[in-house]
Amino acid sequence: MKLSATDRLALIRLKNRPTVNDYIPLIFNRFMELHGDRHYGDDAAIMGGIATFYSMPVTVIAQVKGRNIEENKHTNFAMPHPEGYRKALRLARQAEKFGRPVICLVDTPGAFCGIEAEERGQGEAIARNLMEFMTLRVPIVSIVLGEGGSGGALALAVCDELAMLENALYSVISPRGFASILWKDPTREKEAAELMKITSEDLLGFGVCERIIAEPAGGAHNDPQLMADNISEYLFDAMKRLCAVDTKLLLDKRYEKFRKIGMFTE
Amino acid sequence: MGLEDLLKKVKHRFNDEKAEAAPRDEHKPEPQKPDIKGVNIPDDLFFKCPRCRTASYKEDFEKDRKVCSHCHYHARLTWRERLDLTADKGSFAEHDAGMESLNPIGYPEYADKLKKLQTQCELRDAVITGECSIRGYKAVIGIMDSNFMMASMGSVVGEKITRAFEYATEKKLPVVMFTASGGARMQEGIISLMQMAKTSGAIARFSDSGGLYITVMTDPTTGGVTASFASLGDIIIAEPKVLIGFAGRRVIQDTIKQKLPDEFQSAEFLKENGFVDMIVERKKMRSCLARLMKLHNYEKMGGET
Repeated sequence: MKLSATDRLALIRLKNRPTVNDYIPLIFNRFMELHGDRHYGDDAAIMGGIATFYSMPVTVIAQVKGRNIEENKHTNFAMPHPEGYRKALRLARQAEKFGRPVICLVDTPGAFCGIEAEERGQGEAIARNLMEFMTLRVPIVSIVLGEGGSGGALALAVCDELAMLENALYSVISPRGFASILWKDPTREKEAAELMKITSEDLLGFGVCERIIAEPAGGAHNDPQLMADNISEYLFDAMKRLCAVDTKLLLDKRYEKFRKIGMFTE
Repeated sequence: MGLEDLLKKVKHRFNDEKAEAAPRDEHKPEPQKPDIKGVNIPDDLFFKCPRCRTASYKEDFEKDRKVCSHCHYHARLTWRERLDLTADKGSFAEHDAGMESLNPIGYPEYADKLKKLQTQCELRDAVITGECSIRGYKAVIGIMDSNFMMASMGSVVGEKITRAFEYATEKKLPVVMFTASGGARMQEGIISLMQMAKTSGAIARFSDSGGLYITVMTDPTTGGVTASFASLGDIIIAEPKVLIGFAGRRVIQDTIKQKLPDEFQSAEFLKENGFVDMIVERKKMRSCLARLMKLHNYEKMGGET
C-alpha cells in the first residue's frame, strides 16, 4: 500500500532510517574519502570520494545525515555550507578529468541558513554547481535517499537520471516552510505536505524523477541490506546505459531533461 | 523647520500646480528629517526610506530615479520604469509577451491571484524579456518586477529567462539581466525549483558560446534566483544598498537567535565578501553597461549615444 506524503515525512525522519554511512559500504567497494574544497575548508555535511562499483571506479558525493546527535552535530544535520558544495564541484571536475561517472546521494533538509553561509556565498555556490554539473562530461546519477530539500538538494541533483527511494520526498521548500510562508502557520505542515506533490510518484509524473527504487515493506529501515541491493541493482543498470551514450548526446539529453520542465501557455 | 510647517508647505505645493514651476531648490527640504515616528505621514506625499527611515518628498524622490537622497538606497522600480531608465527610447521589442503560468500543483486560487496581478502590473508574470539597445549597443534584456508576487520564479520566469539566453546564443548578443526576486515560486511546487537548473543550464551554453552576461542585482535579489542565474554573470553589478542573499533574514535570525546587523546581506556586504564586482548608481548604469559591452567587442549599432 502506498503511504501518504505525511506518513512518508514521518518515515524518512525516523531515527533508524539508513543514511549514506550505512549504504556506502553496502553498495560500493573500498570508498576512499577525499576532503576539502581547496578554498576554505572541509564540510562534513557533504562527503565525497572515490570507490569502485562492480570494479569500475566512480566518484561518490553524498549528503550526510547523522545516526545520532553527535554525528548530526558533526555533519550539521546534513545542511551543507558553501564549502560543501564547492568540494562537491571539485570532486565532480576531478571525476570528469579521469573519466569516472559521478553518483550523488541526496539527503538534506536544505542548504544551511546562517551568517557564515551567507558570507561565503551560499547562493553563488549552489548556482555554480547547477551550471557546471549541467555540462560535466561524464555520466551523473543522483539518488534521493530521504529528504530532498530545495536548492540545497538540487545542487547535487543536476544529473542524467534522478532516482528516488520510494518514500523519499523532494520539494521546493520543506512542508513546514511552505505552510509558514504561504499560510503564516507552520502547524499546517501536514496539509502542506499533501498539497505540494512531493512524493516519488508525483515527481515521476512531473518528469523530475526518472526512476523509483522500491523500499522493503514498511520502509528502508526494516531491511537496509535489501534496500542497498535495490539501489545497487538500479545503479548497475543506470551505469550500463549511461556509460554507453556518446558524450555530446549525453549532455544534450541532460539539458533537455531540465529544459522541458515548466507548465505554461502562450 | 517644524514638521507641521513642512506638511503645510507640501500641501500648498501639492495643491497649487503653478508651484511646480517654482525654483525647486528654494523649497527643497533638508535631506535629514526629524524623527517621524508616531506622526501620520500621508503616503502619497513622502517616500520613507526602508533603509535609513528618512522621509523625503515623493516628487523629489521620483525625480531622482527613486534613489533615497539621504542614504542612496536604490528603491524598487516597476519594469516600465526600469526599461525607461535603461533602454534607448523606442528600441525595446518584447519577447514571449503572451506567456502565462499554469497551476502545476493545483494551488488554491493561484489562477485568480495571477489574473489580478496581471491587470495591476501590466505584466503576465514577474519578468519581461526582449531585445533593446543601450546607448547603441544591442542586447537581450530581462527585467524582473517585484510587484508581481515578489518576482518569484515559476514556470514563466524560468522559461522566459532560458529562452532569452538561447536567443542571445543564437544571435550572438550580450545579455543584461536586472534581477529581483523573493526566490522560487512555492505555489508551483517542484516545477519552480527545476527552473533554477533550467536557467543555469542555458547560461552554461551561452557562456560556452562566448557570450557576455551582465547581472544587475536590484532590490531584493534572494533565494532561488540568487542561487541560480543571478549569481552566474560574467560581471555582477549591484545597485547601492539593495538586499542580496540566499536565506531570508528572518530565517537566519530564527536559526541563530540573535539580531543581524543592518548591513548584513546588503550590496556592500556582498562586495566586501567577494560576490559582487561593483556597485553602480542608477544614474551611471547605462554608461556602465554600454562601456562593458564595448570592452567585450560588441559593436555599436548607431542611434543614441
